[in-house]
Amino acid sequence: MKYEAVIGLEIHVQLKTKSKMFSSAPYEYGKSPNTLTDAVVLGLPGTLPVLNYEAIEKCAQLGLMLGCSIAKVCKWDRKNYFYPDSPKNYQLTQNEEPLCLGGSVEIEMPGSSRNIEGEHRWVQLNRIHLEEDPGKLTHTAFDSLIDFNRAGVPLAEIVTEPDLFSSEEAVAFLNALRNLIIYAGISDCDMEKGQMRCDANVSLRLKGSDALGTRTEMKNLNSISNVKSAIEYEIKRQAKVLDSGESVVQETRRWDATKNASYSLRSKEEAHDYRYFPDPDLLPVEMDRDRVEVLKEELPERPFDRQRRYQKEFSLPYTITSVLCANRELSDFFESTLGLFDAPKAIANYITNDLLRELSAHSKEGDSALNITDTKMKPELLAELVEVVESGLISKQIAKEVFTEMFLNGKSPKSIIEEKGLSQSNDSGEIEALCLEAIASNPKAVSQFLDGNTKAINALKGPVMKATKGKANPAMLDELLQKLIQKGQ
Amino acid sequence: MPKDQSIDINYVADLARLKLSDEEKETMSNQLNDILGHFEQLNAVDVSGIEPMAHALKVHNVWREGDEAGPVFSPSVVNQLAPESRDNQVVVPKVVE
Amino acid sequence: MSDLYQLEISQLQKGFADKSFTSVELMRSVIERTESVEGRINAFIDRDIESALQQAEAADERRSKGQSLGPLDGIPVGIKDILAVKDQPLRCASKMLDSYISPYDATCIENLKNSGAIIWGRLNMDEFAMGSSTENSAYGVTANPWNLDCIPGGSSGGSAASVAAGETIVSIGTDTGGSIRQPAALCGVVGMKPTYGLISRYGLVAFASSLDQVGPFSRTVKDSALLLESLVSHDPKDSTSLKREKESYSQVLDSPLRKLTLGIPKEFFSEGLDPEVKEIVTSAIEWYRTQGHSIVEISLPHSELCVPVYYIIATAEASSNLARFDGVRYSHRSKEAENMLELFSNSRGEGFGAEVKRRIMLGTYVLSSGYYDAYYLRAQKVRSLIRGDFEQAFDQVDAILTPTTPTPAFNRGEKSDDPLSMYLSDIFTISVNLAGLPALSVPVGFTKNQLPVGMQVIGRAFGEADILGIAHAFERSHSYYQMRPSL
Ligand SMILES: [Mg+2]
Ligand SMILES: [Zn+2]
Repeated sequence: MKYEAVIGLEIHVQLKTKSKMFSSAPYEYGKSPNTLTDAVVLGLPGTLPVLNYEAIEKCAQLGLMLGCSIAKVCKWDRKNYFYPDSPKNYQLTQNEEPLCLGGSVEIEMPGSSRNIEGEHRWVQLNRIHLEEDPGKLTHTAFDSLIDFNRAGVPLAEIVTEPDLFSSEEAVAFLNALRNLIIYAGISDCDMEKGQMRCDANVSLRLKGSDALGTRTEMKNLNSISNVKSAIEYEIKRQAKVLDSGESVVQETRRWDATKNASYSLRSKEEAHDYRYFPDPDLLPVEMDRDRVEVLKEELPERPFDRQRRYQKEFSLPYTITSVLCANRELSDFFESTLGLFDAPKAIANYITNDLLRELSAHSKEGDSALNITDTKMKPELLAELVEVVESGLISKQIAKEVFTEMFLNGKSPKSIIEEKGLSQSNDSGEIEALCLEAIASNPKAVSQFLDGNTKAINALKGPVMKATKGKANPAMLDELLQKLIQKGQ
Repeated sequence: MPKDQSIDINYVADLARLKLSDEEKETMSNQLNDILGHFEQLNAVDVSGIEPMAHALKVHNVWREGDEAGPVFSPSVVNQLAPESRDNQVVVPKVVE
Repeated sequence: MSDLYQLEISQLQKGFADKSFTSVELMRSVIERTESVEGRINAFIDRDIESALQQAEAADERRSKGQSLGPLDGIPVGIKDILAVKDQPLRCASKMLDSYISPYDATCIENLKNSGAIIWGRLNMDEFAMGSSTENSAYGVTANPWNLDCIPGGSSGGSAASVAAGETIVSIGTDTGGSIRQPAALCGVVGMKPTYGLISRYGLVAFASSLDQVGPFSRTVKDSALLLESLVSHDPKDSTSLKREKESYSQVLDSPLRKLTLGIPKEFFSEGLDPEVKEIVTSAIEWYRTQGHSIVEISLPHSELCVPVYYIIATAEASSNLARFDGVRYSHRSKEAENMLELFSNSRGEGFGAEVKRRIMLGTYVLSSGYYDAYYLRAQKVRSLIRGDFEQAFDQVDAILTPTTPTPAFNRGEKSDDPLSMYLSDIFTISVNLAGLPALSVPVGFTKNQLPVGMQVIGRAFGEADILGIAHAFERSHSYYQMRPSL
């Protein structure tokens, strides 16, 4: 293709607060319609907004996590437009002075295979501002219904520079951003629940050109894969328009995921004259610099930084760290376990294999993967399991069985081993008898062994393991068999 | 402000979502242009270096104490107030997106 | 007994204490008076007589148990139709809210209820408080009790007229650009706009948020002071409500007024001021000189810019504040709406009256793309200059005395087709709102035609006690407060 795509994203993120941004009404996803409103949320005559300071802190934290500078003063503007889901027909937002300016997000492009690290790059942000969420419209065949539960929920709107150049980069960006926000505990970013919503601005230019082409804005991209498809669709569409010698019309387009196509929202293309002005009901907030410093210090490690540290400090391979760090819960679990028993590789393996396997096995169909916190699994349990394996109390084989049991019941590995009698039998008297029996019943293997074929001893081990149901310590068994064969000579 | 400015009554009425009759538009245009003419005396004032005053108070940092959930309305409040409602939701003509 | 409606609060409280009469008897007297004059005045949009009597009964019961809630307990307070009272209509004198019942109480109403006041009726006003004559009401015009052909002023015309006509003891109104002081002056009663932030705006249907304040109307200064004490509170539901130590404004009035420096702004006594009003106010100022106060001429150089600045800022804020009246959640919904755009435009076109539409148009225009800097931003800057004028003046003086209005009450219909001349009638009152200062209007005389004239006393921010004291001193040395319109 002779064109290069230039993409900018606007991402709305619902901040995880207990109450709404300008009233104390609570918010929770999935509650029945209009059960989470009050006089302020409904914009009843005479009501006034009062700020939820927690929303400002959460947004500042987000800004710091993304390397933004934090404004000295947090101010509020009214954005005036009529829409049935907007209770006051103006949205309280930040136009003139956003709370967070600049910033950037580190992204990783897909590598040539899953096991190979891809290229990293920093994507520049323009700003992050705070605003209130409107209500939610549902359309029937003949009318529309409004639920104001969501109205007034604090949103952070993250605006990137036009600094993304392909749908893959947009996807990498959204994944990285999502992970950063989840790491910082600012939002759960569940796109299905509307906790993260994305609009994409796309324009094309001839490769090598610096000028920006006419852009269009895609709306209703409610999953990362929608974002990808919509951008790809739009790149193709614009290329076709340009190839035919026509010019792209600046417009808003709505993505229809079922038709895998977007269509123009010309009806909404009337004058965007929002008549912004400072909200007279809310007073400016001076951002306490000391408090901002504290927030900065409290920030968690960024996921890519954590991944690099794991590779360096624990010599863990990329394949493991990329799985571990793609999920804060997993990597936190890793670190807690590591704090109890120092065996990074073994712990990382249990988490990325056994734990992930159990989590997905026990997730309900259609649900996103189960969280560790929803299970009985604890770092103490995994640390103990790794410890008993390393000390030779049970084999790795038995450990898998113990893991499953522990995951389901939250019982300690030692008590499971005890209850089920799973410990490797170190009773040399009993094993010696079994070994002698094996030697006596397989003279062929004995003579092969004596002839220098060391592997022949495995034929003797088998029946002993079988008789002990695998509890015999394999290393000890090996040593004992050799001793008895030599002795028999 | 621009001299000889006359108000684009249709554009403004559209923005304000106000249906006006032709007669209303006519009278209002004249009255508003009159009033805007009176506003022109503001042009004579030197406002360089003057901070705009958005609030009557020179007060900052007012917010609600604590992020705690407060009381909510029963959906019946919405139903009672709304001109039309169904399934505890406000009904409006189909919104075309 | 039947003249109880004429008394002031201290007399009523004494009568309650002496068991000379009860709240129920007072309320009956007020109701009876209202029945006899309301046909001519039309001060009320709604009256709930049953509820008023019940509240009076409850007050009597408290008093009999020795649990009186204070000086307002059992006193009827009329409420401007712009303040939310739980389970009562809140129409803002507009068709737009014809069937709206408020599900909550305004904070100032809650405060009145906690003082035992009887919440008495819904008082007429200009629609959404936009107007200076109470002619812009969807529920009929209110007459000036001193001359039924004259307007009572506005927008709180019902609040002023009801007090002047004896249809309530006291009332409350709201003042965005003079809407308490101007009707108080034209109806010959006391009306006060407190410092911005002193009384919560929660439950006051916003006209211009950075200018609106609730305030008292009464026949005497002391009654306004008592009412003010009850209205003031710090309200966490209003970010612009200030945390301040409670003051006892009424007690201050019992001690003699200290010697003050009173400023007379020359800009308020120039052309356009009615000669009779000028003479009456000037002689009131002279009285203060004879009482040993020093009178100094001052200048508020940006005064003439107040009207444009005010009408830009107030209409801009109003255009946004009134956007919520859209036919969706609670207000009037047009029956002629096929789609959402028509629902918005038709509902608003049908629901709002002419003046409200005019101001919404003006406010929308001054904020619209390309005009914001020239109008709104510039007006905000000039607003800073206006506040600066007052700050300088108050370095020099303790209070400022001016006429409240340029003319006495004018005839109904006289200005209703000329909005600009109507806007100019607010010229003396709006600068106070722009600066956020307290001011009151007190009757200082009558014209030859028996129309009352008011003097405005402007104070420093939170100087309510000072201006009440200044007005009280004049009131008690003159007999204007005892004058009653013949109805
Ligand atoms: Mg946006
Ligand atoms: Zn937004």
